[in-house]
Amino acid sequence: MSWLLVYPILIPVMTAVLCYLFRNTVAGRWISVAGTTALLLASLMLMSEVLDQGVLAAQMSNWDAPFGITLAADLLGGVMVVITAITGLATVIYSLSEIPERLERLGFHALLQTLLMGVCGAFLTGDLFNLYVWFEVMLISSFGLLVLGGTREQLDGGIKYVLLNLVSTIMFLSGIGLLYGLTGTLNMADLHLAVRGVENTGLLTTVAVMFMVAFGVKAALFPLFFWLPASYHTPPVAVSAIFAGLLTKVGVYALIRMFTLVFDQDVGFTHTLLLWLAVVTMVTGVLGAAAMNDFRRILSFHIISQIGYMVLGLALYTPLGLMGAVFYLVHHIIVKANLFFVAGVAKRIGGSTDLARLGGLYAHAPLLAFLFLIPAFSLAGFPPLSGFWAKYVVVKAALNLEMWFVAGVSLAVGLLTIFSMTKIWGAAFWPAHPDGLKPRLSDLPVGDRVALMLPIVALAALTCIIGLFPEPFVQFAERAAGQLLDPTEYVTTVLGVQP
Amino acid sequence: MELLLAITLGILVSTSVYLMLDRNVLRFLFGLVLLSNAVNLLIFAGGRLTAGAPPLIAPGEYAPTGTVANALPQALVLTAIVIGFGLLAFTLALVYRTFMTLGTVNSDEMRIAEPMDEKDLDTGKLGLGRADPQQPATGQEAGI
Repeated sequence: MSWLLVYPILIPVMTAVLCYLFRNTVAGRWISVAGTTALLLASLMLMSEVLDQGVLAAQMSNWDAPFGITLAADLLGGVMVVITAITGLATVIYSLSEIPERLERLGFHALLQTLLMGVCGAFLTGDLFNLYVWFEVMLISSFGLLVLGGTREQLDGGIKYVLLNLVSTIMFLSGIGLLYGLTGTLNMADLHLAVRGVENTGLLTTVAVMFMVAFGVKAALFPLFFWLPASYHTPPVAVSAIFAGLLTKVGVYALIRMFTLVFDQDVGFTHTLLLWLAVVTMVTGVLGAAAMNDFRRILSFHIISQIGYMVLGLALYTPLGLMGAVFYLVHHIIVKANLFFVAGVAKRIGGSTDLARLGGLYAHAPLLAFLFLIPAFSLAGFPPLSGFWAKYVVVKAALNLEMWFVAGVSLAVGLLTIFSMTKIWGAAFWPAHPDGLKPRLSDLPVGDRVALMLPIVALAALTCIIGLFPEPFVQFAERAAGQLLDPTEYVTTVLGVQP
Repeated sequence: MELLLAITLGILVSTSVYLMLDRNVLRFLFGLVLLSNAVNLLIFAGGRLTAGAPPLIAPGEYAPTGTVANALPQALVLTAIVIGFGLLAFTLALVYRTFMTLGTVNSDEMRIAEPMDEKDLDTGKLGLGRADPQQPATGQEAGI
């Protein structure tokens, strides 16, 4: 068995234990940095192995494939683990300055590491019940992170976040129970074969819709997104950033995995449903963003509209569409986390995230203003940044299927995204500060400045690299989409690996 | 036996949905607990109900012989119970803390994170007084 599959789970859990033991000393935060760096290295090794040898799979405790616990990584799973590690490292570095010592003593870094463990586990697991378990690991640590500190806003947003996510979890669990009753297996590769033998296809489609609802809540898909803008702007910025970057994307990943590998028997119904949900999600998300007047709440609504594009890529169910979904997923995690980081710095030097109480950032912090424009334009889809290629591929896939309306809506949503970004620019960066403050980066202590700006610069550079040299990334996304549409390699590797 | 289980499941789910439609967060939570128990029963029923022997493998053999009970749903339900219990404990603590801080468990009145009108926050028109630390909260105030 390949140990490379185990490291992305093992490293964060050990780091979490050490962080908790040393939470009262300075050592705790540096252990967190070291552990996340190790996670990044391990995930890169895993990725290069997957690129070299194709799908990797391992059976835990030497139980044969459909019965034991399977870990598997194809190209999509591998790249998601890498991007998790990158976002995790950026967040840990950012939180060196952002998170007050009081929260560190409460175990902030330990919770963050368990969150990373849950996310990596969800990306690497090969069977449904373990997906549920990893979702729970991720959820419980995100609950902790969300209400850590316990201010009024946090508790208020936290209640909604917790209760709605619990409903989706229960939905997911009942879907698992029914699917097990129908097929007698929970291993995803085995399910791919087993669903073909199910005679009651109507019931199977019902179960598929249950999964769609469960993952739709996690991914903040159209009618089920209300918990997200209610809660994501309340915790400390470092927490909002990693939530915005990673958590909803785990829902999207699960949707892509389930609706390419398992539920591909009634594409006409399920994927059409996904298509229209995606379109409505895009529109409502961006309209919500246009109506808000708070930096972080605008960004929260943008997450929803961008989720629409990824699900749209899945719903088109063509090689180009899925390639767009994979590309979008990776690009969006980087960009979104970065925007929240910028919002955090703006709050730190400008005193607020309310657009009416911000200003003067362009005059006094031009570097920050420039670094805001990169992810903001990338999110809106300006060439030559990464978002342009992501949007281009998805829209092209829709045009190839002659879905003019869908393509038109997604382009219009891009325009509205620019509108809400200029709203942020026009209120927070351009005019003078209403209280006469001069928000300068140089007023921050040097250590804080490095910790805050380093992740922003690094992620912005990554956005530019993907945008300027898209060729290898596009080729990679194409291969990943190919694997998703034709999961023969995944299935044979998972089922064929003997311990 | 399967029919009985199905009827029980139906009653549990409908009761929990009724509870979850309430504005009181605590009742919602009780509904959630009932629902998670209903789902545990669903997984159990999904593994088929058989009157079999315990799935023990005799020494020297590779697989159990005769009719044995399906062990997998039981393992799944056990895991789900443990996780559900942990989440319930956390959520109860969260609801209690929220009640102490916001002074309400009515979800309609929880508008701190998403104020209807941003000006209301400044003037304190929302009418959400902090719970009095001198007077610990009781069940009556929470409306249960």
